[in-house]
Amino acid sequence: MPRRFLFASRRRFGGERGLGSPELRNRERELFLFKRRLTVAAALAVVAFGGLVARFVDLQVIQHSHYQTLAETNRIAIVPVAPNRGVITDRNGVVLAQSYSAYTLEITPSRVQNLDATIDALADLVDVRDRDRRRLRKLMEESKNFESLPLRTKLTDDEVARFAANRYRFPGVEINARLFRQYPYGETASHVVGYIGRINDRDVERIADWNETANYKGTDTIGKVGIELAYERQLHGVTGNEEVEVDASGRAVRTLSRRPPTSGQNIALTIDIALQQAAEEAFGDRRGALVAIDPSNGEVLAMVSKPGYDPNLFVDGIDSASWQELNESPDKPLLNRPLRGAYPPGSTIKPFLALAALESGKRTAAQTIFDPGFYQIPGQSHRFRDDKPGGHGTVDMQKSIIQYCDTYYYMLGAETDIDDTARFLGQFGFGARTGIDIDGELSGILPSRKWKRDRFGAQNGKWYLGDSVSAGIGQGYNAFTPMQLAHAIAAIANDGVAYRPHLLHAIGGSVEAAAAIVDEQPTRIPLKPQNIATIKAALVGVNREGTSRQAFVGATYTSAGKTGTAQVFSLKGEKYQEKNVNERLRDHAWFIAYAPADKPRIALAVLVENGGFGAAAAAPIARRVLDYYLTGAKAAPASDIESTSGDDESD
Amino acid sequence: MGDFLSRGWEALTRRIDTWLFVAAAAIVMVGLVTLYSATDQSLARVQSQAMSLGLALVLMWIVANIAPEKLARIALPLYLVAVALLVAVALAGTVVNGSRRWLDIGVARFQPSELMKIALPLMLAWYFQRFEGRIGWRDFLLATILIVVPVYLIKRQPDLGTAMLIAASGFYVLYLAGLSWKIIVGLMALGAVAAPMIWPMLHDYQRERVLTFLDPSLDPLGAGYHSMQASIALGSGGVVGKGWLNGTQAHLDFLPERHTDFIFAVFGEEFGLVGNVILVLLYMLLIGRAMVITANASTLFARLVAGTTTLMFFTYAFVNMAMVSGLMPVVGVPLPLVSYGGTALISLFIGLGILMSVQAHRKLVAG
Repeated sequence: MPRRFLFASRRRFGGERGLGSPELRNRERELFLFKRRLTVAAALAVVAFGGLVARFVDLQVIQHSHYQTLAETNRIAIVPVAPNRGVITDRNGVVLAQSYSAYTLEITPSRVQNLDATIDALADLVDVRDRDRRRLRKLMEESKNFESLPLRTKLTDDEVARFAANRYRFPGVEINARLFRQYPYGETASHVVGYIGRINDRDVERIADWNETANYKGTDTIGKVGIELAYERQLHGVTGNEEVEVDASGRAVRTLSRRPPTSGQNIALTIDIALQQAAEEAFGDRRGALVAIDPSNGEVLAMVSKPGYDPNLFVDGIDSASWQELNESPDKPLLNRPLRGAYPPGSTIKPFLALAALESGKRTAAQTIFDPGFYQIPGQSHRFRDDKPGGHGTVDMQKSIIQYCDTYYYMLGAETDIDDTARFLGQFGFGARTGIDIDGELSGILPSRKWKRDRFGAQNGKWYLGDSVSAGIGQGYNAFTPMQLAHAIAAIANDGVAYRPHLLHAIGGSVEAAAAIVDEQPTRIPLKPQNIATIKAALVGVNREGTSRQAFVGATYTSAGKTGTAQVFSLKGEKYQEKNVNERLRDHAWFIAYAPADKPRIALAVLVENGGFGAAAAAPIARRVLDYYLTGAKAAPASDIESTSGDDESD
Repeated sequence: MGDFLSRGWEALTRRIDTWLFVAAAAIVMVGLVTLYSATDQSLARVQSQAMSLGLALVLMWIVANIAPEKLARIALPLYLVAVALLVAVALAGTVVNGSRRWLDIGVARFQPSELMKIALPLMLAWYFQRFEGRIGWRDFLLATILIVVPVYLIKRQPDLGTAMLIAASGFYVLYLAGLSWKIIVGLMALGAVAAPMIWPMLHDYQRERVLTFLDPSLDPLGAGYHSMQASIALGSGGVVGKGWLNGTQAHLDFLPERHTDFIFAVFGEEFGLVGNVILVLLYMLLIGRAMVITANASTLFARLVAGTTTLMFFTYAFVNMAMVSGLMPVVGVPLPLVSYGGTALISLFIGLGILMSVQAHRKLVAG
């Protein structure tokens, strides 16, 4: 900058005030200074505009081809086309889950300036409920800002037309045709089929682990529970794509080319939905679980968890009120009881313990004991009570199973090393996951010295004789899932040849392909044929003349079974009086069975939570399921059946 | 009859500066042509803009016929009213898109910051004129306060873009009034030092804009989107452009705000480098003519007002084109005389009217 200029201005502003230079000269000087400043500004403007032109040359000449390419790719977008998810049917082809296409109204929150105002304006065109708003809020919390989120699903044609006419008013809002999952049977078999839900961060990781990220580009839901989860990769299919001309909001203007998606594979389950329905109806309002298995191959014919839930609620995102209701209900409708409910087996364990005694030589079938009505560990005063006051008198193995004699098993338990028992029962799958092909199965508790030490530590984890005595009648630490008991009784029914329980019957229409996925190689439990025959005969006796005889009066087939009662609450030696105990503290009722006795086609385990005696609560349900499966007969309503066995107090 | 007509024509055009008007008219024509393309051939938008243009021309004519001395007289009241309205906005303004910028006056919503764009230069020019010949540092200090008050009120609306533009207009008056270079350079140095300290005081959206300006690819679907798409539009236009109505970026909806702040991207895509250079030359013609008018002005008030108006024209044009071509972060500045929007068009033509008034009322006395 010229020094003169600086000097001039300083002098003018600083010291020259009031100095009496002639008015005209002062003005001239001022004008001169002003013009200088204006010239400087003009020069800056020219330089600035020159810079702009240089930038234009840079963009429009030098980098032209680069931006030309960008503009081309801008117009042509590769849009993924989500495949149609495979249909899930039962073993007879009855549809349990299917997909259909419907219009959704979707909002991309990042493109909307005032979300509430936009939704209010949309509410004039389409029906927007509070539930929809709540769900959108929830989805917004869970997802990225630039994702397109559904506000309303399943729009009517009228609503689609009204919105289309006003689309220009709603940047960031659009209508998409999306595939929806529908479960026509609702609650029935809900724990088997499961449901799909929106892909969350954990799912994204899972997909990345499969190396399927690209294949899920157009997909926004994924199997969350049950078969939908277990066979996600078979059901999903292969995403196709479309080359489309799009605008900035991603709206397709026209399609240039298309590579169609490949639909997911259809899955047929081993479940017989009619049998499943019969079983669920037999439960009525009671809580519990039932697992029915074909002993000759491990196919799960029915798998009940009561209460169930409606999987359709989860499909387009469950709203928090419904979720809370399901999640906090004391009846635990979301708990998959056959796999995740671990209950003490009660007397249902006795046939297995008896078999163990036969195999180890601790007992023979004919060997008898005397039952005074209780058992005392030598040198201790505590009496382990039998249910029958005064005792059963002289009892052999057959009678011990048929007549429900605890003392026989107290004694057996006291004489047997718990680790030997655990080893034997382990062969039937107790204390380990059965390996059924849906997720979440618990392994239950098969107590042993090591288990107790691991569980309670070296100090408190010492194994006592009393523990063995309790374990002898299926109480104490034992806890097994209904699936484990069904699997075990199926192994008995099949003379010790155990198949892994599974739900997959056919995939893509091929039973062979399904067999390749489900390893159907059985495990053979080494058992002496005469021992297994002894036990089976006793089990037939239970249904013919034992605790469950009332439930099986008039059956056209011979069946084998065993009742059981699992203590929820210890009464410390008092006599258990069902009517005096709070409903939730009542015993759980068990029943395991198979039929026909000579050539078993179905084996099952039933558990009724807080049902009281197994013979009264659980056996009638089993009877109805067996009747339906073996004879096709729909049995009388649940109340009638209950009354036929209501007077039998023993279990 | 012929005499009447010619006298009428004379009355109409007497105060109108030919070169200024020709340059402005040419730019406005460019604007209407581009607007038609940018709105997907919406005649309604073009008509609406043409209506505003009609009103703007009338106001320009009226202002051109008011002598600068009369404008000087309303400067102080206008400034005080504008400040009062800004305070009213802060207390009872209507919130639109998270900013409190509007005042609801029953029939329409009104943005007092637009009024301040005219009021502040008038006020400062009037002040310096009043104390002409004996302006000291105290006067600059007071002028700074006159600038800071409205700038602060607008900044907290928040409308940082407008606040900065108004601050710039105030600064131009000070600069033209002879503010010491030492202070100017000192302020720039201070600004450079203070920038890191201002950073934490900025709003999130402001920081985001700066960050995405520095690297638009940071957020290609969010804040950097506008900038990237505008660059693509210009760059793909090439030397001669894709032709009127043929811009793919514009017509496939890739360009946001494409009839307002980003209309230059549409123009540049369709008319290419050639069109851009012609537009820049038109602005230079307009600004150059305005500078000549400024240099010829006869009073300090007229010089300061005309000079500031000229520099603001330059600032708007430059900032908008620099922003669209990715040289500057995205700020809400329309392209003068081109972008759609009645209010801006009217203020700009009032500015042209002031320049024409200064030119028409200059005293042709030899210095």
